Amino acid sequence: MSETNGNSKSKLHGLWALTNRELKKWYKEPVLFFLSMIQPILWMGLLGKSMNIGALIPTNIPGIDSKTIMEQTFGTSDYFSFMAVGMIGMTALFTTMFSGMSIVWDRRLGFLNKVLSTPVSRAVIIFSKILSAALRSMFQAGIIIIIAVAFGLQFGANFNPLNILGIFAIMFLLCVGLSSLFIALTLRSTRMETPMAIMNLINLPMMFASNAFYPAKLMPDWLQTVVNVNPLSYTNDAVRQLLIVNTVDYAQLALDFTYVGIFAAIVATIGIVLSWRYLTK
Amino acid sequence: MRVRKQTSNEREVKNVNVIEANDLTKRFGKLVAVDHVSFSIEEGEIFGFLGPNGAGKTTTINMLITILKPTEGKASVLGFDITKQDNNVRNVIGVVPQEYTADEDLTGLENVLLCADLYGIPRDVAKERAMDLLKFVELTDFKDKKVQTYSGGMRRRLELACGLINRPKVLFLDEPTLGLDVQTRAATWDYIRKLKKEFGMTLFMTTHYLEEADALCDRVAIIDHGKIIVIGSPGELKHNLGGDLITLTIKENDDVSGLIQKVEHVKEVRKEDGAYRVKAEFGEITTPFIIEALRKKGYTVTRLSLTEPTLNEVYLEYTGRSIRDAEESRESFAAQRMMRRRPR
Repeated sequence: MSETNGNSKSKLHGLWALTNRELKKWYKEPVLFFLSMIQPILWMGLLGKSMNIGALIPTNIPGIDSKTIMEQTFGTSDYFSFMAVGMIGMTALFTTMFSGMSIVWDRRLGFLNKVLSTPVSRAVIIFSKILSAALRSMFQAGIIIIIAVAFGLQFGANFNPLNILGIFAIMFLLCVGLSSLFIALTLRSTRMETPMAIMNLINLPMMFASNAFYPAKLMPDWLQTVVNVNPLSYTNDAVRQLLIVNTVDYAQLALDFTYVGIFAAIVATIGIVLSWRYLTK
Repeated sequence: MRVRKQTSNEREVKNVNVIEANDLTKRFGKLVAVDHVSFSIEEGEIFGFLGPNGAGKTTTINMLITILKPTEGKASVLGFDITKQDNNVRNVIGVVPQEYTADEDLTGLENVLLCADLYGIPRDVAKERAMDLLKFVELTDFKDKKVQTYSGGMRRRLELACGLINRPKVLFLDEPTLGLDVQTRAATWDYIRKLKKEFGMTLFMTTHYLEEADALCDRVAIIDHGKIIVIGSPGELKHNLGGDLITLTIKENDDVSGLIQKVEHVKEVRKEDGAYRVKAEFGEITTPFIIEALRKKGYTVTRLSLTEPTLNEVYLEYTGRSIRDAEESRESFAAQRMMRRRPR
């Protein structure tokens, strides 16, 4: 058969086809897309706006400047802006979780078996899931930023539109890591319930044990240790530095990217190695 | 010695077996799903795996299409080893799975093109082939409709089109007519016959419908509890069972058993409730001779019927299980499928 030649090209072909299949389901159903966006918008709009932390600081005592205190704690004088960035991370967490579920669906519907019987590489099958989750998250991150701006997000003093590219870059790394993690967890599963339970078990602690809602430095020591391992914290920090913080800490930003990058590389490698081993039983 | 070697070489060249399985075995933990199964399939043959559910049919197919690794034994497809050269195998085979795997949210054409992409077929070639295949399975008019709106038969045909997109030399069909109504099933059979006739394709199919194996397969392997019990053409298998059954009555009251027994190919004659039940080989040929023999002696045949044994009897004979058992388990399987196909 002539299909055997042009291997690397056909690999990309298959990768794009499978990724596009996932994406198509999503952009062809705008209703589904908007529904998935409602949750982060609610969190951001209602929780972010209702927790008016700035108002806690008394303004009538001399020597206390609410703005300075807020900036020292959150890096911005506006809690809503701080919290909106946390929502971007949360959306990534939930979107990637579904990439893990979709492999269980594909298995149950027999689609996975069909794909496995074609010459598409096993790594490509997994990577298409990762890629589609990452692309979706990046798009959602963009939407959240736009909505947050409409709600009154305050850009940092050094904000440059090019920073958005940096935000997308770190979101991409985070999503590659997270979806590899979730896919590795669901790789052999034939039921929806088990992975669902595991993911719920992981998701909320991962979100709360991060700096999504509150700065880590004010947390108790034991929790800080957890937060400092959580890749979500590094992503949130990077996005904040790029978007809302007035004084950017470049050393920290570099660390953020390195940490999330290493996380993504390690988990993706594990995911792909596992897929080689376990997709064919 | 030398001569012998030559002939065996010659045979190897002439009869290239498309599929060759030797002691193929698959264990899942303690369960032996497929137990030292050996068979070979020649080019252009329709080979059927017949057996009740849980017999190991799908497990065997899954090993041959390289999505399950055998625990023991070897198999090759067109000379490629299914474990060592799995990617070569994948390039030359087509698979029509048991499930409806087409994406509901995509149109028929999009689904076929997706399959083409999985084989790395360039877009322009893929489009042309997809249109040809959709025409072949008579879905041209529905190609731009979402698969959601397709009936069971249409979905099955779409799966067939997908399975053919890489122009496979061997096509694997797992329960190709499961859950289809009688007309759609007959139509599906026509497509399968056409594949063999027009493209000379080799087909490996599993089924638990006896009439399907009988109607389509050149050779059938009856499999039960993971083991092949018997392999042969449907005709051979039926023949081995001991021939056809002729039932006749005569006007006269005499006992003509001895007379009938003398006719060639008659094996057994019994008189029951005034009718003679004759077991004979080559029923169509033997029957006129029986009538002739009776008429010569002045007897008049008043009623006559000829029944050929069906695979039904063969199946029963070898598996010891009635088809009703298999049908029942099929129903519970269908219920399972319904569960599996819950909407997303």
